[in-house]
Amino acid sequence: MSVIELRDVTKVYNGDVKALRGVDLTVDYGELVAIVGPSGSGKSTMLNLIGTLDRPSAGVVRIAGHDISTLNDRELSALRARHLGFVFQQFHLAPGVSALDNVADGLLYTGTPRRIRREKAAAALERVGLGHRLDHRPSQLSGGEQQRVAVARAVAGDPPLLLADEPTGNLDSASGAEVLKILGELHASGTTIAVITHDMDVAAWCPRQIRVRDGVVA
Amino acid sequence: MKPARLSPSDVLRVGAAGLRSRPTRVVLSALGIAIGIATMIAVIGISSSSREQLLRQLDRLGTNLLTVSAGQTFFGEQSQLPKAAAGMVGRMDNVRSAAATGSVPDTSVRRTSHIPSAVTGGLSVQAATIPLLSTLEGGVVSGAWLNAATAREPAVVLGAKAAQRLGIAKAGVRVWIGDRWFTVVGVLGPMPLAPEVERSALIGFPAAEKYLGFDGHPTTIYERSDDAAVAAVRAALPRTVNPENPNEVEVSRPSDALEAKAAAAGAFTNLLLGLGAVALLVGGVGVANTMVISVLERRKEIGLRRSLGATRGQVRVQFLAESLLLSAMGGVAGAVLGALATAGYALSRDWPPVVPPWAIGGAVLATLLIGTIAGIYPAMRAARLSPTVALTV
Repeated sequence: MSVIELRDVTKVYNGDVKALRGVDLTVDYGELVAIVGPSGSGKSTMLNLIGTLDRPSAGVVRIAGHDISTLNDRELSALRARHLGFVFQQFHLAPGVSALDNVADGLLYTGTPRRIRREKAAAALERVGLGHRLDHRPSQLSGGEQQRVAVARAVAGDPPLLLADEPTGNLDSASGAEVLKILGELHASGTTIAVITHDMDVAAWCPRQIRVRDGVVA
Repeated sequence: MKPARLSPSDVLRVGAAGLRSRPTRVVLSALGIAIGIATMIAVIGISSSSREQLLRQLDRLGTNLLTVSAGQTFFGEQSQLPKAAAGMVGRMDNVRSAAATGSVPDTSVRRTSHIPSAVTGGLSVQAATIPLLSTLEGGVVSGAWLNAATAREPAVVLGAKAAQRLGIAKAGVRVWIGDRWFTVVGVLGPMPLAPEVERSALIGFPAAEKYLGFDGHPTTIYERSDDAAVAAVRAALPRTVNPENPNEVEVSRPSDALEAKAAAAGAFTNLLLGLGAVALLVGGVGVANTMVISVLERRKEIGLRRSLGATRGQVRVQFLAESLLLSAMGGVAGAVLGALATAGYALSRDWPPVVPPWAIGGAVLATLLIGTIAGIYPAMRAARLSPTVALTV
């Protein structure tokens, strides 16, 4: 069974800008894939569709078995809360809030009580090797550590699919390697991960590469 | 698939988190609301305190005192009350006590004969009957009130204002009245229901007739009756006092003036209230402005929350909660400030400080209303943002 399924998906912006022109793609549970391509290739549009942040102009997008064109905004939100974890290039951590609470707030919309959110957050931070930095604020952490907090936030609820958008884009190579190592460990323990990147080294690190160019999968 | 609900405490936490990250801006925009609420609470509080003070005074003084004075004849001349009027009033049913005063015309009270007689200082010389003090329920601060003996002698009791203006604090000194010395045998305390007595030098009727050529006609009769009988006594007074010309008699109730004053104090100054309302409105605009800017600055955060699974409704609720908290902070601070201002002003004037609960309730309601109205538009904008904004670099 596949966690991501795209069938003949097209996405048109403003009536004539074709970002995707008929994409077919299947990612199975447990895979670690790189969606790779230069800027303007349509990979960000793919990420938006896979992340259910946007809807296709035509075609079918199925995430964890749900056809997203049949879901309304509330249902899509619930799908994101329970089935998807996001890691962003810019971390998007709340300044002035401890690592623990940043991660715990990632579970805010899953209906988990606060005490359990914090327990799960502590466990997730332990998994990314930051068990000793629970009370640190983002400003007290290095870039690599901040991105690991963001990874912990994405996986705290054990989502079936983790989407990482240029996870190493804002990091030096040492910190980037650190974050990739964490992603590798998560993959080894069973998490499905899709990394969106234009960095060929990061793409080569993944067992499977999906190359996007001019709105089609090469 | 249904989205999970946010617990009320989570809604509060999320709303407060947005405020905590921008403390200066929050304090400044809450200040606008605080000033508006404080103004309104203080205006209402101070006028309520003033009213309470007057009502308490009224309670203490009673409303059962009536005064009868000579009115005008049909031909527009000043009429006179009969000499026996006070006695007749005293014999009426339900009347507890009655007393009379009579103006001694063209006579002034002065410290010495060297002061010209034209300088009256606004004081008058009046003849008074002995029950006057008990009828007015007044007190003596020095010396004694007139009695049957001193009422025949050149002795005078000064009203509180008269004593103050003559610079006399104690009985025992002499004052110049008409063309001879009178000994001050007493000084009276304040009499809020009879300010004309406060401004008088009071001499016994016999003494006034003997030494000052007083004609013996009273000009004002004071009467106190049982509370329940005030209306009946009032109706019967003109015929009792002057059976031949009841229309030449004027009856009034001095406490009415105080009651009117209390009512006027309760109807607080609309201008100041309007000013407070304008301040509140400006404060509300400030909150709306802060919220709009906050939404613009936090597009990324909103996108992140959407990617974490927040529904549009939950984003809307978050910004509404933030706006409500912001104006509630201003409201609480304003209510405290307003109450403090009321207490300070009232205590400085020896009034009982009163802030009516409905004013506090109204303030709370007003801030909630402002918070909601100011938050609706920014919250809608936040909720309308596309979830993809978190991913745009």
